[in-house]
Amino acid sequence: MRYLPLTPADRTAMLAAVGAGTIDDLFADVPADALLSGPVEGLAPHASEMAVERHMARLAGKNLSAGAAPFFLGAGAYKHHIPASVDHLIQRGEFLTAYTPYQPEIAQGTLQVLFEFQTQVARLFGTDVANASMYDGSTACWEAIAMAGRVTRRKKAVLSGGLHPHYVGTAETMAKFTGDVIEARSPVLSAQPDDAEVIAAIDDQTGAVVVQYPDILGRIPDLAAISAAAHAKGALLVVVVTEPVALGLIEAPGHLGADIVVGEGQSLGVGLNFGGPYLGLFGASEKFLRQMPGRLCGETVDAEGKRGFVLTLSTREQHIRREKATSNICTNAGLCALAFSIHMSLLGGEGLSQLAAVNHDRARQTAERLAQIPGVTVLNDAFVNEFTVVLPADAREAVRSLADKGVLGGVALGRLYPQDKALHAGLLVTATECTTDDDIEALATTLADVLKKGA
Amino acid sequence: MNAPNASGWKPEMVADDGSVQPMTVSGDKGLQLEEPLIFELNRAGQTGVDIDAPTRGPIAGLAKFLRKAPAALPGLTEPEVVRHYTRLSRQNYAIDLGPFPLGSCTMKHNPRLNEKVARMPGFADIHPLQPKHTVAGAFEAIAELSDWLIGLTGMAAVALSPKAGAHGELCGLLCIRAAIEAKGENRPVVLVPESAHGTNPATAAFAGFRVESIPATEDGRVDMAALVSRLGPDVAGVMITNPNTCGLFERDLKAISDAVHAYGGYVYCDGANFNAIVGKVRPGDLGVDAMHINLHKTFSTPHGGGGPGSGPVVLSEALAPFAPLPFVQREADGRVHLVEEEEIASTGHAQSFGRMAAFHGQMGMFTRALTYILSHGNDGLRQVSEDAVLNANYILRELEDVLEAPFAKAGPCMHEALFSDAGLAAGFSTLDIAKGLIDEGFHPMTVYFPLVVHGAMLIEPTETESRAGLDRFIASMRSLAERARAGDERLKTAPHFTPRRRLDETLAARKPVLVWKGDKA
Repeated sequence: MRYLPLTPADRTAMLAAVGAGTIDDLFADVPADALLSGPVEGLAPHASEMAVERHMARLAGKNLSAGAAPFFLGAGAYKHHIPASVDHLIQRGEFLTAYTPYQPEIAQGTLQVLFEFQTQVARLFGTDVANASMYDGSTACWEAIAMAGRVTRRKKAVLSGGLHPHYVGTAETMAKFTGDVIEARSPVLSAQPDDAEVIAAIDDQTGAVVVQYPDILGRIPDLAAISAAAHAKGALLVVVVTEPVALGLIEAPGHLGADIVVGEGQSLGVGLNFGGPYLGLFGASEKFLRQMPGRLCGETVDAEGKRGFVLTLSTREQHIRREKATSNICTNAGLCALAFSIHMSLLGGEGLSQLAAVNHDRARQTAERLAQIPGVTVLNDAFVNEFTVVLPADAREAVRSLADKGVLGGVALGRLYPQDKALHAGLLVTATECTTDDDIEALATTLADVLKKGA
Repeated sequence: MNAPNASGWKPEMVADDGSVQPMTVSGDKGLQLEEPLIFELNRAGQTGVDIDAPTRGPIAGLAKFLRKAPAALPGLTEPEVVRHYTRLSRQNYAIDLGPFPLGSCTMKHNPRLNEKVARMPGFADIHPLQPKHTVAGAFEAIAELSDWLIGLTGMAAVALSPKAGAHGELCGLLCIRAAIEAKGENRPVVLVPESAHGTNPATAAFAGFRVESIPATEDGRVDMAALVSRLGPDVAGVMITNPNTCGLFERDLKAISDAVHAYGGYVYCDGANFNAIVGKVRPGDLGVDAMHINLHKTFSTPHGGGGPGSGPVVLSEALAPFAPLPFVQREADGRVHLVEEEEIASTGHAQSFGRMAAFHGQMGMFTRALTYILSHGNDGLRQVSEDAVLNANYILRELEDVLEAPFAKAGPCMHEALFSDAGLAAGFSTLDIAKGLIDEGFHPMTVYFPLVVHGAMLIEPTETESRAGLDRFIASMRSLAERARAGDERLKTAPHFTPRRRLDETLAARKPVLVWKGDKA
């Protein structure tokens, strides 16, 4: 047992030092019938490093990884190239194995990173402030709705049909228990997002208007128009960004009237990881600061007047306010925030814009190529790196057949909206800087082949 | 302090403890480094990545959405980035540098095999919405982890999607709420003992319950008589931490569970301290209905300066049908598959309360935790809790003559030892001991928690500290306790040897500066 430093002799001596005859004397408060007499039956004994590694490698080997196939999936999780220095730096033990920075004198590394991260997120989103990260985009989205409710004292949230269905599902789950009213709809397979419908649904009971940008079909809503309508009725505009790389190309939501901007930060530095851990981004207008959930890092000075950083405004938090806290969140996603911040520091604003332009370029080329296939229609007029195509039949079948031929060809809308048959012909296709000409050709020829056989 | 000369160099300065320190013009002092913000390092037009130039411009439809100027974010070259973050890393304490005796937070050795496995492309580079037959190994890994969690806790099922401990609490309470609503009952109240984690009442409130507090007894446990007398048809359940935050085992948990069940309520157990009993006690045997497990604590996934965490929730038969989507299910024939919205009707899980996050949970944490579990095995995990408990009791006994230990007579402690500031000289506090520990080269213990003890110091050594390491820590603690009893004033201005001295937290809260605005002044 290579992780346990006590020797049998240590244990004997220490038991004597504490005045116990056997180790079970220290478990004397456990009811006798609940104390197990030996290891739990049916579970394996300890294994060597080599044996465990072999076992886990065998399981990993049963999965088709994104890097091993032409890959076109997105829908809230994106494959981008992560510079080698990002993973190297986050694996430094002083970052990897540090705790929440409650003792600022010996956590200035983490704290300065969080302060820099907050500044980067605020500037990316065009908001005044940002917090030090949340679990992921979907939970950040719910927290934004809850926060808008606290600010406006209104219980109704209007959700655009373009909002990721898992984000909608998360909000609906929470609202069932908090009494909030979630008004959500499904998207429609049309070139234009549902801006007009969203605007029509805003009334004087609405606390939050939630719009994804770009939306789940890759379309781009007119945030300025929606924000004007929301503000006219006293509601806050919550903008959800699932692909932060897109903000290298299109205008920051905070510059278009958004009050709260939340997002999924997985695209920068974090990697796919089969859904987690991811990174929730959360920015807002400064006037709502004290209603913000999660950890905040602030600048201050030390006893000698030198600049330093601390976790701050904790009077909003659960450990002080208990049942009156702004959220129950305790853990954030510190290490993922670090990865995001390093990747963003490597890119810079101009690098991000260029990365977004390359992403768009690859997506545009993919869309043009797919449009040549008989029976395939590209839905979007405008998109960044993700767009929807309409197939002649249920896209789930096509995706399955593509995978059998070694192509991971996109996300079938039927996987996201099993109940909504009108969407089943839709296939969401994403390209990034990782997409090669060969990948595009492989997708196009295989899809053409699959559709021909299906017809 | 001496005035600087023309170059900015000062020959020496006198610190407030009277020591004389030589000065440098760079701000660095040998390996004690000062590091500017990335925004202050920025040089316009730099980048640390080489990206191909796009071959054509944006599509026509995109024109009206384009941003006017790139975001005002600094770009640095790769060597500048590597140096910036490496220099920052050196201003952190971490478990790789020494013990982190944080009671109730559990910071133990982080094996690097876990990191290696989590980075295998078959786990790290797969998409949550890939066709399911292309990720069979991932579902198998999740199912294996589930089998272990169910086996170690003696429960019926596990929900894996919660993203952290507090998210797991929410999951457990939402299961309770869904079960109550399925029975058509109205139970608005959740009972939470005083000694609970601060997340517990916040969670209950977020799940739409009214929170009522239950006092602690003299010996640091839930006042069972007070709890039982409050039970009634309006009580949805109780939230109990076991072992509790005083470091004690709740002897009456089974009796409490029986009483709660008799009134039709449910028992939520905060499993943050599961590492004290893993392999020794199964919470299912004590009548628990739901318990989250902080994988990052009990099964050692690195905490990374605050997260990510992962908070799977084990559930009793009564609550299992209400578990959130998605979840992994093992069939009678051993096959493993994923239940999502698509499959929910056909698999008999129509009572699921829904989804609480996008995708399947913290896969990167699952692979780390499973690797850790397989490395220890059932025998090793049993040894983990025994060693964790032995180490904590060793600290309790070796320090109780110099620090007040309010519950030392209330039975053995479990994985953490609790002390108070009673007995220190007037004007000396727990904070002074904590900051003094920093100068001794240790991370402080958990301070001022649990709230039921004045000036609490909660010390959790964990099982990965050696006896010699514990003895070094004990020697430092004894010295600090004696200095605080003797009124050594220098303790009040500790730490003295860190790159930053005590930081002004009041200023930070009164005038919040959360983003850098240096270029906009």
